[in-house]
Amino acid sequence: MYSVRLWSIRRARSWNQFYNGLEALLVRAAPLLRAIGYQRLERPFAFVERQVKGLLFDCKMCGQCVLSSTGMSCPMNCPKNIRNGPCGGVRANGHCEVKPEMRCVWVEGFAGATRIKGGLDKIKVVQAPVDRRLEGRSSWLRVVREKTDPVVAEVKK
Amino acid sequence: MIFPDEPAIGLPFAILPGHSSGGRLERVLRAGEFAVTSELAPPDSANADDVYQRARVFDGYVDAINATDGSGANCHMSSVAVCALLARVGYAPIMQISCRDKNRIAIQGDILGAAAMGVCNMLSLSGDGVQAGDHPQSKPVFDLDSLSLLEIARSMRDESRFQSGRKLTLAPKVFLGAAENPTVPPLEHRALRLAKKIAAGAQFIQTQYVYDLERMATFMRSVEDLGLFGKVFILMGVGPFKTAKGAEWMRNNVPGMHVPDALIKRLAGASDQALEGRNICIELMQQAREMKGISGVHVMAYRQEESVADMVDRSGILKGRVPWYPTRDQISERNA
Repeated sequence: MYSVRLWSIRRARSWNQFYNGLEALLVRAAPLLRAIGYQRLERPFAFVERQVKGLLFDCKMCGQCVLSSTGMSCPMNCPKNIRNGPCGGVRANGHCEVKPEMRCVWVEGFAGATRIKGGLDKIKVVQAPVDRRLEGRSSWLRVVREKTDPVVAEVKK
Repeated sequence: MIFPDEPAIGLPFAILPGHSSGGRLERVLRAGEFAVTSELAPPDSANADDVYQRARVFDGYVDAINATDGSGANCHMSSVAVCALLARVGYAPIMQISCRDKNRIAIQGDILGAAAMGVCNMLSLSGDGVQAGDHPQSKPVFDLDSLSLLEIARSMRDESRFQSGRKLTLAPKVFLGAAENPTVPPLEHRALRLAKKIAAGAQFIQTQYVYDLERMATFMRSVEDLGLFGKVFILMGVGPFKTAKGAEWMRNNVPGMHVPDALIKRLAGASDQALEGRNICIELMQQAREMKGISGVHVMAYRQEESVADMVDRSGILKGRVPWYPTRDQISERNA
């Protein structure tokens, strides 16, 4: 929901910290997750992620979450799906060129990044184009696997 | 301007050390000249002569010509084709690539194809949304954004590979550009985005229309503070208004246009508004030439393309230099 999304970005710092905690927890639980089987966990994880991030950030389930690098403003809400924004069409009032009623996702993102410690350093990193095969899949599980499974990490490189 | 090693018409220059293309634009910029580029509106026809006619009006006044890629999300002849036609007779076309209409498979194919046809400059753009154009019912693609496109084009050139990793047998030797808009929000972070574009591979920048030199100067200071001077050639975007009403319309309807009220007032108060519009444009060009860190101007004169030569001439920004053009041998160099 748009208003919740804006509220979440205003609390970018807290949400970013919360996510870091969650990620650390999941990484620690990796042996357990592996024992259960990532394939088996994929659907329940994706379900939870869709509900939680959908409510808070209007998450579009691109499957390769970059919220921590975009000031907790989901770039997939940009009508041009720009992962390295903002484009040159931002209106004088900071609203979107395509959807005049919506604040520019990237104006919000930069505002969010200034609230996160080191946020501006992270937003500076050029994001790779979206891998459309990952759409609908859990980002959390993917991150855990990349951080704990050397084979997966190697494939990513 | 003629280089000692001018190639046969339609062929690229030899690539000098430190250069990435055999293009004329890169030669001019790296030689330290103040460059002028302009924009050609591709025709709504299948006629090559329409392209040549539209290019001819710039002869002797511009170093390179942008071919827009469905600008404003309106349908026209493709930028690949316009550029190929221009390159064939020796012009230095800048192929605009918009991420709106093509996915990465099509775009990478176009980069190879255009380079094979002699196109040496490419400009990466996100593209206007389809709602702005004459086909609002079409599907916006936006598979890439302008930065990921830059990275892909650069790795095609420097690492000889597609995004997939598959090898190219001959890399496209192109000079890579991008756009930036120093005059719209978030103003305080626009220079940072420029830094990202440079990191992604941008070697030259053509800005959106700049009518507010104060904002431009602030932007350039941030660019300098970020240590970006010397890492990219910045060409400031300028253009003439025909009427005060037109300026106001553009401000309200063209995405990314920032026009100060004072300027519209000045236009409205003039007896000949079109002349005043061109005078303003000339002043902007002259001030751009004086501004530290700016390497040229990009003159966008949609539907007034014939005014570009006169404005560049009157502004004196070329200081007597005559950019190459196909029939230059028949006319002697102009005096400053």
